[in-house]
Amino acid sequence: MYTLTDVSKTYRNGKKEVTALSHVSLTIPDGQMVAIQGPTGGGKSTLLQMLGALDRPTSGSVLLGAEDLAEVSSRRLTELRAREISIVFQGFNLIPTLTAQQNVETALVPLGVKARERAERAAAALDSVGLAERSGHLPAELSGGQQQRVAIARALVRQPKVLLADEPTGNLDEATRDEIVALLEQLWREQGLTLIVVTHDSWVARRAQRQLRIARGTVTDSGVQTPAA
Amino acid sequence: MLLTYVRRELRGRLRQTVIVAVGLALAIALVLVVNAASAGVRNAQDDVLESVYGVGTDITVTQAAEPGAGGGRGQFSFGAEDGTTSDDGSTTVATDQLSIARGTMAMSSDVASTISAADGVSDVTATLMLTDQTFSGELPDPGSAPTGPPAGGGGGGGGGFGGGNFDVNSFSVEGITPGATALGPLAGATVADGRGFTTADAGADVALISQSHADSADLSVGSTITLTGTAVTVVGILASDDSATTLSDVYLPIDVAQALSGLTDQVTTVYVQGTSADTVDTAAAAITAALPDATVTTQSDLASGVTGSLSSASSLVQNLGRWLSIAVLAAAFGLAVLFTISGVTRRTRDFGTLKALGWSNGRIVRQVGTESLVQGLIGGVAGLVIGLGGILALNAAGISLSGTTGGAAAATAAAGGGAEGPGAGAFGGTMPGRVGQAASSTVETVLHAPIDVAFIATGVGIALIGGLLAGVIGGWRAARLRPAAALRSLD
Ligand SMILES: Nc1ncnc2c1ncn2[C@@H]1O[C@H](COP(=O)(O)OP(=O)(O)OP(=O)(O)O)[C@@H](O)[C@H]1O
Ligand SMILES: [Mg+2]
Repeated sequence: MYTLTDVSKTYRNGKKEVTALSHVSLTIPDGQMVAIQGPTGGGKSTLLQMLGALDRPTSGSVLLGAEDLAEVSSRRLTELRAREISIVFQGFNLIPTLTAQQNVETALVPLGVKARERAERAAAALDSVGLAERSGHLPAELSGGQQQRVAIARALVRQPKVLLADEPTGNLDEATRDEIVALLEQLWREQGLTLIVVTHDSWVARRAQRQLRIARGTVTDSGVQTPAA
Repeated sequence: MLLTYVRRELRGRLRQTVIVAVGLALAIALVLVVNAASAGVRNAQDDVLESVYGVGTDITVTQAAEPGAGGGRGQFSFGAEDGTTSDDGSTTVATDQLSIARGTMAMSSDVASTISAADGVSDVTATLMLTDQTFSGELPDPGSAPTGPPAGGGGGGGGGFGGGNFDVNSFSVEGITPGATALGPLAGATVADGRGFTTADAGADVALISQSHADSADLSVGSTITLTGTAVTVVGILASDDSATTLSDVYLPIDVAQALSGLTDQVTTVYVQGTSADTVDTAAAAITAALPDATVTTQSDLASGVTGSLSSASSLVQNLGRWLSIAVLAAAFGLAVLFTISGVTRRTRDFGTLKALGWSNGRIVRQVGTESLVQGLIGGVAGLVIGLGGILALNAAGISLSGTTGGAAAATAAAGGGAEGPGAGAFGGTMPGRVGQAASSTVETVLHAPIDVAFIATGVGIALIGGLLAGVIGGWRAARLRPAAALRSLD
């Protein structure tokens, strides 16, 4: 469960200051599926960075469970990124020189999983996204949808509590978008994840239980709804 | 995972990997070849110096002859008692002079004890360099001016004296301390036949002769040589192979040499060994202070006094070779660092992603560092192979170097002498091969660049340094990347 209290994030470029998040307070219970929408430059990715322990707020607190991500050590942030939180990116972000299988294994490396178990778990994760027979391929040899499946396998192989996705379907065509969203929904349901998806796509947003809108650093909350069928 | 990623990464950007490895390899090969060539030249220089001053000598002390002074220029003096005058008025003479070698001056043997008392001196041995000149023949009656064709002129060697018939012979004689084998002219020399000197030979009329003198004078162990009327027995013959010391023709116990030449308690050269290589300069300074008139020469002075192709090779290797390899090495290191930095910059998103996946900074730095190190090692191994080839080629080329020690005066002396038998009016006689400090000696050696453990260590060491340097700089850049970069650099 996330509890954000009065979170602000200001970027400083020399003398210019940009306020990306302004006094955001918000609670996301475990297991919820949340969509975040809003205009470009509104602060969506910045919020995701706060939730993903990738960066610290300028002020306010971001509690994950009982830990304040604004306060814990960098070492602990690294550990939380390794164990609790996984991220799926718009650009897939696979390591181009590693095969699909090896890319999935990179997520298990910081957990100190032995080579053999790592290989088995990565193979199982690739199988669960339907790419078992493509495990030896490099990212460049896979389609966009397949690459995003590898990225999802990499995110889920370590069974995180939270899955964050920043425009996971932004680079995909409509048919592939539907496949990927269906896959994320299925995994969310099966694994009891907290799934937070940033998206421009209203169709994708409507599938979530709850929609947040961020514009100019300020959040408006739709409240919990039954997702559209 | 680390190594898999390293391997895949280096293969994935093969072009950069090859460029950096080739750059490092060429630089390392150049450094290795220059190093080995420089060691080879140094060895050659040592050979030249050892052949002149013996093994183990750090400093030599001599006293240079003042111009016109000193002995050795064959000033024969013929008195009535030297010959018998025959009926036709010509005089038969036979004279044998043992005098101090040209270019050197005698010092009191006390200097040896003064020197051994100096700081940093561990061992001292003194020698007396002499030249023996014999003249035998017939001088025409000074009254009968040679108007007609010379009667019985000396065939091929008719001297300046019309009608005379004579023979001039000269060889070098050196008095040494019997039994002192660790230092001095015979350190490093080997006895080919008979025996060497022992301390028991002091005062005895015994001699060691060089193989070349034995051949030219038709002597063997047991033969006797007459020196100023004293018969000296040859007890040993010294091998003369080209790497060993350039030998004098005849060695005598120093007290015998002093007695026969009338130079009682005189020496010409003192060989000094320092307590260690570092103290040589201190010792030389102390000796100079104690003996202000003496010429104190250290091995490095001697090395700088070596002329000929050896010294050109030496300065070529020392200057051009060194600077060239430093420049190429710097370029190769720069290349490795630049490629690593640009590689890290290009992989900003990758490293951001790995950090977002929970990879620690340490793991990222290890990754970049290992990539650089492996890259460096590839370059290092290639460099070793290329360098080895270069050195083998250099050695196979059999470059011969000649080194000449000694000053210009000595060179003139060597040019002036050299005539065996009747000289062209000059009575200089043959200069001995080695007459101390002022003498000139030319030694031919073939450049042999050594290959040893230090060679491999240097190659691998440079590769590791290059790899580490690039790895540390690249790793530092990668560590500074924020994990949020994974979200930022979308394409
Ligand atoms: N590292 C940074 N340095 C300076 N300004 C930044 C930085 N990151 C984001 N910003 C600024 O903060 C604001 C919010 O950016 P953010 O990326 O969160 O927006 P977004 O909602 O994700 O936009 P998009 O839909 O285009 O991805 C923008 O004005 C952006 O320019
Ligand atoms: Mg964004």
